[in-house]
Amino acid sequence: MDNAPVSTPSRPGTTDDILVLRGVTTEFRGRRTRIRANDDISLAIKRGTTLGIVGESGSGKSVLCRSILRLLPPLADVHTTGVVEYEGRDLLMLNEAEMRRLRGTELRMVFQNPMTSLNPVWPIGDQITEGLRVHGGLSNVGAREKAIELLGRVGIPSPERRVDEYPFQWSGGMLQRAVIAMAMAGAPKLLFADEPTTALDVTIQDQILALLLELQERTGMTLVLVSHDLAVVAETCDHIAVMYGGRIVETAPTKAIFDGPRHPYTLGLLRSIPQVSVGAKRLTPIPGQPPDLAQLGPGCPFAPRCAYASPDCTTTPIRLRSATTDHFTACLHPERIVQAAA
Amino acid sequence: MPFLNYIANRLLQMVPVVLGVSLVGFFAIHLVPGDPIQIMMHGRATPETVAAMRVQLGLDRPLIEQYGRFVASALVGDFGQSIIQKQGVGGIVGERVLPTIFLLLYSTVLAILIALPLSLIAARYSDRLIDHTIRIGGMVGFAMPPFWVGLLLMLFFGLTLKWFPVSGLGEGFVDRTRHLFLPSVTIALFLAPILVQSLRAAMLEVMTADYIEVARAKGLTPRRILLKHVLRNALIPVITILAVNIGWLLSGAVVVEYVFSYPGLGSLLVRAVSYRDYPVIQGLSIVFAVLVIAVNLMADLSYILVDRRVLKT
Amino acid sequence: MTAVAETTTSRARLSRRLAEELRQWPVTLKTGTGIITAVVLAGIFAPWLTPYDPYYQDLINALQAPGWEHPFGTDMFGRDIFARVLYGIRIDMQIGFFTTYVPMTYGVMLGALAGYYRRWFDAILMRVLDVAVAFPFLVLIIVIIAILGPGVHNIYVAVFLVAWAMYARLARAEMLVERTKDYVLAARVLGFGSGRIVFGHALPNIISSSIVFSMSDFVLNILLVSGLSFLGLGVQPPEPEWGAMIAEGRDFILDAWWICTLPGLMVVLTGTGLSLIGDGLARRLGHSRKSLV
Repeated sequence: MDNAPVSTPSRPGTTDDILVLRGVTTEFRGRRTRIRANDDISLAIKRGTTLGIVGESGSGKSVLCRSILRLLPPLADVHTTGVVEYEGRDLLMLNEAEMRRLRGTELRMVFQNPMTSLNPVWPIGDQITEGLRVHGGLSNVGAREKAIELLGRVGIPSPERRVDEYPFQWSGGMLQRAVIAMAMAGAPKLLFADEPTTALDVTIQDQILALLLELQERTGMTLVLVSHDLAVVAETCDHIAVMYGGRIVETAPTKAIFDGPRHPYTLGLLRSIPQVSVGAKRLTPIPGQPPDLAQLGPGCPFAPRCAYASPDCTTTPIRLRSATTDHFTACLHPERIVQAAA
Repeated sequence: MPFLNYIANRLLQMVPVVLGVSLVGFFAIHLVPGDPIQIMMHGRATPETVAAMRVQLGLDRPLIEQYGRFVASALVGDFGQSIIQKQGVGGIVGERVLPTIFLLLYSTVLAILIALPLSLIAARYSDRLIDHTIRIGGMVGFAMPPFWVGLLLMLFFGLTLKWFPVSGLGEGFVDRTRHLFLPSVTIALFLAPILVQSLRAAMLEVMTADYIEVARAKGLTPRRILLKHVLRNALIPVITILAVNIGWLLSGAVVVEYVFSYPGLGSLLVRAVSYRDYPVIQGLSIVFAVLVIAVNLMADLSYILVDRRVLKT
Repeated sequence: MTAVAETTTSRARLSRRLAEELRQWPVTLKTGTGIITAVVLAGIFAPWLTPYDPYYQDLINALQAPGWEHPFGTDMFGRDIFARVLYGIRIDMQIGFFTTYVPMTYGVMLGALAGYYRRWFDAILMRVLDVAVAFPFLVLIIVIIAILGPGVHNIYVAVFLVAWAMYARLARAEMLVERTKDYVLAARVLGFGSGRIVFGHALPNIISSSIVFSMSDFVLNILLVSGLSFLGLGVQPPEPEWGAMIAEGRDFILDAWWICTLPGLMVVLTGTGLSLIGDGLARRLGHSRKSLV
């Protein structure tokens, strides 16, 4: 069971899985460069669970979400290969109109910066229900009612008053709630949240994460949370996938990641979380710089910064291998980390 | 309430500007070297007549009082008498205001018709060959003197091909549009390059905004995104640009009206200057300034319709 | 021995740096500079490029079409148009240059000072600018010329009186942003005098947008001069100014199209060259092409 997708207890692609990625590779082709933002991504997400995707800027996590939803800039020279299986259909094979219909209803996304996610010259309510009006044939009157209802569901006080207001009148936290309301409008089955709390204050962060979890519980949707912050993901997700240099380097249930990481990068991430305890120690950062995606070698992208690397790490191509039934790692020598952590 | 505040604010800001304009207009005549009356009479009057005129026109009174009377008369449209035409300046100018406004509107419409598709293409295919071509083309267009373009258009389409008349105003609406076409195209060709670049920049900025990506994530069609989101937001800077360039539009109109013998404010100005008809010049300069101020005010007011954020301040 | 070696290496270093710099120039900048250099040189070396005197009237050969004898033809007085166009370069480029860069200096200074000091100086300047901007530029110039009389001298006076306003606005707007930046605050904390801060620190950062703008202004000023001369209010005959030549050719437009057309093409060429420089400069100085002109 070498390169099996993650978070499947038994075998790849059961009807339990709402989304299965097989060998998804996304390449940006410039005039002189080729950047593999995602390399051979394989993943399976079980229905109703929460998956956290963790990685630094440039790890490819945001590109992955956009590759799945086919939201990459239409004018850039982008090539996505592989299979993205959603409910039995390959999203990469659908025509644009079909894809749009899915995006308007079942497959939704929440973006990072709430202050710029809404059109500044439209009333908020109109934007929330725009998708429903276009795809669902909702009338204008019905749309306003629906918008009020959605705003109430995400915890906006006095929604009937605020539904006609403009984005510049709301704070960041409230705007993010509105964006979430917008995403929930079509009763989504799969929701991607790309760094939904990064641009917000810490106290608001908690609220937004709690809101996302509450909505997931109530509707039974599947949630994919993308973040650079391992702590955020740890609080909210059942499973975690760690990305580096465009690849998934480790995936496992959350507890397993924290109890026994099997990749040096994950270990590094864990070690760099500040511990709030008496006798605080120095933080151990990961030495070096993130890789230049245009200049990756054949081997492990993390090797240059890895304390446990050996010469074969830079030359041998990596794949996800299973360490235990649902713990996969791309490290060629995971036993070295287990020893070190012990 | 915020509406009224905003409008009142804008109107109040206009007041000192209009006052300043009137001051400049007033003093313009008094800056003319030599005795104004001698100039008006072309040096052909006797000293007695000159003295009598001076009293009659109130030129012997202190400047402040003269200014006051000037403003008072101006408010009722009395700008004095034209030296050349022995007619009230107000009347002469008045009958030429509409033709010029007509010309300006027509030119603006044509300029937008040219600039909008070009800027859309330039923004959509930004940094590709077509974008660069449009940009270079715009530079060439910008460098073409309006009077030269006017002459060439006149030569080619008017005199050689005889498609359009080359002077005058025409009778009736349809005829007017025919007469106006060549002059308007000339002005439009001058204005269009500026519009294209500014529109392109505005559209690029909007197109790459986050909320446009969000709109795509909502599954909206590109057409809907373009019309309802991109254009609506790009419209705000466009209004600004059009308003800011009204001065250039008017400047272009002066020369073009002269070339096409079009009976508007511009050709009147040129004629008045060559005849040193100072009262007319004075009246015209104020009218021009008022036009510019009025257009800017209208632009400010139109923002309310498009972008509620302006009410915030 | 070492001194000589040092000077040669430093000269080599300088030329290498120049070559480096030129390599970084965008295509538009190189093309534009090439065009303008050619034009300016043609103007300077006009006597060598044409045997004709631009003022000499050869009535027998009046209204000749372009040909071997006269590359651009002759006008109604038999003057060689190519010669007149070449000598006209001197007039238009010179007037264009001074009417652009002289007002730019004090315009930018006034705007920068107003933007930095604010309070009463700024308030007064803003009001003056509002009024100045309310009049269309050409109208203002025409009115001033109406008062002073036509001629090159008065064109300078008129433009010097009025044109600074655009630069002042630009510089003021930039300064309002710049003065909040950290390096300015740091300089103030260090106790540097305001003059030193404005001129030594802030201004060099602001000036680039004014320089880019000045290229468009140059084009507009050439159009202004030729326009005024066309109307009879600018350069007076028999001077070979391009706009004046176009006006002269107006009556002959059907029979001798070359009198009007060719000087106009010269304006277009020069204007395009200048705009190319402006565009290339903007790129080179790091202005994103998203910024509004």
